[in-house]
Amino acid sequence: MKNLVILGGGTAGTMAANKLRKKLDKVEWQITVVDRHDKHDYQPGYLFIPFGTYKPTDITKSRRKHISDDVPIVYGDIDRVDAEARTVSLTNGTVLPYDQLIIATGVTPRPDQTPGLDDEKAWHSSIFDFYTYEGTTALAKKLASWKGGRLVINIVDMPIKCPVAPLEFAFLADAFFTERGMRDRVELVYVTPLPGAFTKPVASERFGGMLDEKKISLEADFMIERVDPDEQKLVSYDEREIDYDLLVTIPLNMGADYVARSGLGNELNLVPVDKHTLLSRTYDNLWAIGDGNDIPASKAGSVAHFEIDIFVDNFLEHIAGKPMTGSFDGHANCFIETGHGKAMLIDFNYDTEPLPGKFPVPGIGPMSLLKETKINHQGKLAFRWVYWNVLMPGRPMPLAATMSMAGKEVPEP
Amino acid sequence: MPVTTIADHEIHVDDEGFMTVYDEWDEELAKSLAAAIGVEMTDESWRAIRFMREDFKSEGHTPTLRRISTVGGFDTKGLFALFPKKPAKKMAYIAGLPKPAGCV
Repeated sequence: MKNLVILGGGTAGTMAANKLRKKLDKVEWQITVVDRHDKHDYQPGYLFIPFGTYKPTDITKSRRKHISDDVPIVYGDIDRVDAEARTVSLTNGTVLPYDQLIIATGVTPRPDQTPGLDDEKAWHSSIFDFYTYEGTTALAKKLASWKGGRLVINIVDMPIKCPVAPLEFAFLADAFFTERGMRDRVELVYVTPLPGAFTKPVASERFGGMLDEKKISLEADFMIERVDPDEQKLVSYDEREIDYDLLVTIPLNMGADYVARSGLGNELNLVPVDKHTLLSRTYDNLWAIGDGNDIPASKAGSVAHFEIDIFVDNFLEHIAGKPMTGSFDGHANCFIETGHGKAMLIDFNYDTEPLPGKFPVPGIGPMSLLKETKINHQGKLAFRWVYWNVLMPGRPMPLAATMSMAGKEVPEP
Repeated sequence: MPVTTIADHEIHVDDEGFMTVYDEWDEELAKSLAAAIGVEMTDESWRAIRFMREDFKSEGHTPTLRRISTVGGFDTKGLFALFPKKPAKKMAYIAGLPKPAGCV
């Protein structure tokens, strides 16, 4: 019997385990998932918790219940992967041999990588993250009683998970304070290392305009060097300073430390892979899916979803000794909450930036691309059900894995 | 792809002037590129540019500022002093490499 070991049972790992379990012969292949605990969070839900739209209990489910019964889960911390010996060692002494290894342990916010940011007194008191369960629930408590002041949203560096979420946070914060009748007592500042509101020109211009409309000031090209938690200010490498009363940080995102210990990662502990097949550039039986690889796409559940459709077929071809015929194009789409019950939608890939238009049916929709509508917002809320009931079990979605230009409006040059 | 001539070198560039053909670059040309954007080259600047050229050759894409610092061992603050305001972009321009890709 051969062993396929999947490290990480989050969005990508769960989808891969369930899809591959259906395709691989049960006598020939054993599939094992390794994770630290049984809690699987619906990560897109983190964004809504600070504003009271979701309760913490709305987003967490059992990992075990969403992975096929035929796939055992081994709980423990990963110490290292020995890619030559083809084994995974856990810190509790367990050693798992593998024939094929899939790394799906994603990325984590690392406030410890910026001096002053993880200051013990300030952390979850005047400085908050919202990409973790602990951070977002602590921020919800803070905002419930906050009297106002200068709220600074800062992205430390790219790439980050769900790169639109910081903008969504800004838009939702504007709506939240407006609805509580205290917007005039809150100054919102969006501080980013990017040259504008977003990475790609058409979307960046649109989002920049929305920041203006909502009176959220934008501080671009800000590469943060350190935080002074006592003086409550951010300091950039080119010596600009920004004061805050409340800092919402998106810390540096890094892959897992065992990736670095195993010599498998780049400077951010991301595993270098071929961007079309997700196979390691060094080892012929090692793959990295989801956020933990180095492909130049968004680190987002929708990328994991589209890439896994292509990955599964490639994996089956590869273990059968055939050439891989699938090629991932970097396809992603995501809803962007803009506040007051509306949202936008973007759809893009490695080569095509987010453009306006209709989705998924060209000219009809019902979703609109790069435009605020109520239907887009309903789509975002409905997506939580789709995530647990369609994506995680590996059921087919009526969306093509590769991006389509149909329905998109290309701007005049 | 536009072609332009700088310091007697005929080079292929993108809309923003970043070189698109790795082998069209040499250090003579880099001096002119640096002068064109008002950067004065020091020994440390050259070390950083050479690191970027080597790294591009092995990795296939322009290194980020963080990579230049963590892998190349350069002090980020020092790079801001050598290539003021937008070091990643300016260094890529001088090194004759594609503009650093902003991931979506």
